[in-house]
Amino acid sequence: MKEKLEQIKAEALRQIEASDALDRLNEVRVNYLGKKGELTAVLKSMKDVAPEDRPKVGQLVNETREEIERVLEASVKKMERAVREAKLKKEVIDVTLPAQKANMGHRHPNTIALEEVERIFIGMGYEVVEGPDVERDYYNFEALNIPADHPAKDEQDTFYITGDILLRTQTSSTQVHEMEKGKLPIRMIAPGRVFRSDEVDATHSPSFHQIEGLVIDKNITFADLKGTLAEFAAELFGEETKVKFRPHHFPFTEPSAEMDVSCFKCGGKGCRFCKGEGWIEILGCGMVHPHVLEMSGIDPEQYTGFAFGVGLERIALLKYEIDDMRLLYENDIRFLKQF
Amino acid sequence: MNTALSWIKAYVPELSCTDQEYMDAMTLSGTKVEGYTRLDKNLEKIVVGQIEKIEKHPDADKLIVCQVNIGKEVIQIVTGAPNVKEGDKVPVVLDGGKVAGGHDGGPLPEEGIVIKAGKLRGVPSNGMMCSIEELGSSRDMYPEAPELGIYIFEDDVEVGADAVEALGLRDTVFEYEVTSNRVDCYSVIGIAREAAATFRKPFILPEVAVKGNGEKAEDYISVEVQDKELCPRYCARVCKNIKIGPSPKWMQRRLAASGIRPINNLVDITNYVMEEYGQPMHAYDLSTIAGNKIIVRRAKNGDVFQTLDGQERKLDEDVLMICDAEKEVGIAGIMGGENSKITDDVTTVLFEAATFIGANIRKSAKRVGLRTDASGKFEKGLDPHNAEAAINRACQLIEELGCGEVVSGIVDVKGELKEEVVLPFEPESYNKLLGTDVSEAEMLEIFKMIEVRYDAEKKELIVPTFRQDILRQCDIAEEVARFYGYDKIPTTLPTGEATTGKLPFKLRIEQKARDIAEYCGFSQGMCYSFESPKVFDKLLLSADNPARKAITIANPLGEDFSIMRTLSLNGMLTSLATNYNRRNKNVRLYELGNIYLPKALPLTELPEERMQFTLGMYGEGDFFTMKGVLEEFFECIGMKKKAVYDPKANRNYLHPGRQANILYENKIIGYLGEVHPEVCDNYDLKTRAYVAVLDMPEILPFATFDRKYEGIAKYPAVLRDISMVVPKEVMAGQIEAMIAQRGGKILEDYRLFDIYEGDQIKKGYKSMAYSITFRALDRTLEEADVSGAMKKILNGLEGMGIELRS
Repeated sequence: MKEKLEQIKAEALRQIEASDALDRLNEVRVNYLGKKGELTAVLKSMKDVAPEDRPKVGQLVNETREEIERVLEASVKKMERAVREAKLKKEVIDVTLPAQKANMGHRHPNTIALEEVERIFIGMGYEVVEGPDVERDYYNFEALNIPADHPAKDEQDTFYITGDILLRTQTSSTQVHEMEKGKLPIRMIAPGRVFRSDEVDATHSPSFHQIEGLVIDKNITFADLKGTLAEFAAELFGEETKVKFRPHHFPFTEPSAEMDVSCFKCGGKGCRFCKGEGWIEILGCGMVHPHVLEMSGIDPEQYTGFAFGVGLERIALLKYEIDDMRLLYENDIRFLKQF
Repeated sequence: MNTALSWIKAYVPELSCTDQEYMDAMTLSGTKVEGYTRLDKNLEKIVVGQIEKIEKHPDADKLIVCQVNIGKEVIQIVTGAPNVKEGDKVPVVLDGGKVAGGHDGGPLPEEGIVIKAGKLRGVPSNGMMCSIEELGSSRDMYPEAPELGIYIFEDDVEVGADAVEALGLRDTVFEYEVTSNRVDCYSVIGIAREAAATFRKPFILPEVAVKGNGEKAEDYISVEVQDKELCPRYCARVCKNIKIGPSPKWMQRRLAASGIRPINNLVDITNYVMEEYGQPMHAYDLSTIAGNKIIVRRAKNGDVFQTLDGQERKLDEDVLMICDAEKEVGIAGIMGGENSKITDDVTTVLFEAATFIGANIRKSAKRVGLRTDASGKFEKGLDPHNAEAAINRACQLIEELGCGEVVSGIVDVKGELKEEVVLPFEPESYNKLLGTDVSEAEMLEIFKMIEVRYDAEKKELIVPTFRQDILRQCDIAEEVARFYGYDKIPTTLPTGEATTGKLPFKLRIEQKARDIAEYCGFSQGMCYSFESPKVFDKLLLSADNPARKAITIANPLGEDFSIMRTLSLNGMLTSLATNYNRRNKNVRLYELGNIYLPKALPLTELPEERMQFTLGMYGEGDFFTMKGVLEEFFECIGMKKKAVYDPKANRNYLHPGRQANILYENKIIGYLGEVHPEVCDNYDLKTRAYVAVLDMPEILPFATFDRKYEGIAKYPAVLRDISMVVPKEVMAGQIEAMIAQRGGKILEDYRLFDIYEGDQIKKGYKSMAYSITFRALDRTLEEADVSGAMKKILNGLEGMGIELRS
């Protein structure tokens, strides 16, 4: 009996070894372990075995069965793995083939720059406000300390619609609307479109954008103006950016200044980009003129403030090194896709 | 304004710094220097030489061989210049030296031209004698230089001396950008005063003293100012026995560096004083002044006057004129008349130094069509107190330069002149505004430098009249800041009540519009707000279309930019066409921009500015692609109801069968459609294009960022498909409206999954199939629920002439 079992086992293992496919292994299982298989037949012949030997033989049969099952199982696993590997091998793709993109659209560089600026000032507690593009003379000029005969009115080459209604030449007009609301303190920025009668060329456009800033509160100082704008420049152009304030003149601020930033291409050493100066002019600013406060019903004895105006296109052109302003209004998709 | 540094140093003798230091410091104290040019750029090893001997060149007819004494030695120079003779003193560039330009006076090479010893036709030449062009200048600036050939010095220069110095070229010309409030700085004296204060060096004004001949000016001229409002001051002086000749070299050099061509002593003196004091002057030939009388009055409407440039000028009653007893002799502040101009035969000159109201000069110059150096200065509004100093300075120069004899006395007609501004000295308020801690003593030192006087007893500041920009305490604070140094002011952040940063709702919705458009493949364009009135015809608008009522710009850049747009389509179509004609494929653009709708024309109140969300595309995609973008947007901004698309939009610029108004809660919120092929032709867009325009002010009331979780359905859905044969004119929208209306509470969704028109379907019909989903949130639906709802739907559909297929 023992010999027979040994023989069955040896034969079964040989057949497992020789199997080259999963169904062959299955046949082995059926032939040896199935209901009509050889081991089952051995068990069935147990009645011929002497009763005192039966437990021993039974144990032997079980051991043989387990051994065959174990080897069979291992072979199945091995073969399954081989089959999967073969399948995976067939599924190799060329990962360098082109991607299938969703083809998203692109924001206008002006808007990217604007959203940057908005993000910075909203973070500092400023509210974004808007004013009308078509404006009254009073808001664009007079309330900003530019009375009827002021030369600045000529300098700005205004588009007029009627004697009193014009296309605003500066977003500073929004300052006045905001101050007239009578709600203090004010911390606002006002982005918007402005118009000046400049012929279209690489550096001029009759229509462009500005962002006006205004802070009015008690105890606002020129030092606060410097600090705020230095912070802004560092956020917009990078931590290492240095700022320089030069005295300037605007009718609606006093003292007034222009702010330069250290060239963000060369870090201030001087390069072609900054025309060798190491500095780039970025914005105009100043302490709100007390007469401007008075005209809008704010008491300059109690309140002071600062204002600034940034050219949006100027920032976009500088930041993205765009060399021709006309590109901003042609809407050529090959241009827009670069942002 | 351009000025030589040497002229500034004439008033600030202790000034000592490099050109770059000067530029930086002046810019930081508020006198912006745009740049500077060294006049001795590329001029190296150039000395004064004296020609001792000239011989013919042995082998060349046109060359001569000169022995030139250059002080330490005599060198041999071969030249082809025709104008030199023995004894002449000339600029000589030595071996290894440099000159700035060629003898032809062409553009100057950046690196200059190096001169080396060599041989000319076999004869050694150890240097070069220079023309004025080779020295980087021109005969305009050095009128004494010969037309062709070597510059020849006056005899008083020393042989061997630095020729560049002798020519006055050891100097730097600075270009200033003066701000419009600093009228006083449109003068050399004004800038010198700023320079002195910036570097804290003494400022020394020229001493003006006129001897006079003892006669009385009043005996020569009387002045009557009829319009004192336009002419606050008129000063007149007379000079006789005028001898016209060249002005001295030092004056010519200073004028040349300022960009003013020297003419003759009389003209040069008036120009010099205009530069130095910022006060324009005019000189009349007194013999042409009838009645020896000057009358300042307004012109008469329609008068014509010939200015000294020979042009006829049309006048009106707002133009101020200078007249004599009989006629007009000059347009005040702008230009003198042909009839009184100075000629070389002049013997007696009438000098005028007046002040006119700037705004009037500016407007007159515009209307008359003539802007001059003088009017450019007057229009800034000059200080009347300066006129007297300037005219006296001119007379002093007449005497000093031997140009003539000055008649004693001045005829000075003035109205009420502005007095000095007096302000209380409030040091703590300046520091409070600036955020600084500048000491009182330092402030007073600054005031002294800029000639703001301090009355210690009254604690008052007295502002000189030339500082017309200082009117209030904030102006004083700026003076403190400028000379204390903007760079020394600390940097702090505002303290005080905290505020919340905000982006208003409208702008947040616009941000969403950008996001959605971009997700859907549209890139953002920007278009002008003004366009041509021709766009209405290009867009096939009917004659009575209200969009034709556009605001017109009174002074546009041209017809193409002359009206404010009332529709956003033109910009979009133009941009699409630009892309199409540049062969860009599959272009999708969007724009967020205002249109401008007048309430009435002509405008009396501000127009309505309506933000338009405009989308346009060609290439891949069609009407329904565009419709999909809009619905993505509606969903994203919380517009959960179904938008209704009304094909009867009647928009001429769109394809008549492919257009729709978009309605939301019965309001038209925009439109979309395929662009009419004729419009495409008008824009040179040779492909189908689709556009959509949303009127944002109509959208905003429906938009919201509020969201509410409605639960995820727990109970199973029941799906029913219906297949129909539908009369062609019945639209999907009508079918869907019926399903929605009849489906009841358990209707969850419906979706068109097949549409077919063709041979298998009878004529005039189309086949459509919908999948309808029912679900209850609180239970599993029973068959009866669904069949009940279905029955209602089917009945409704049948009522529309729709046949149901099995």
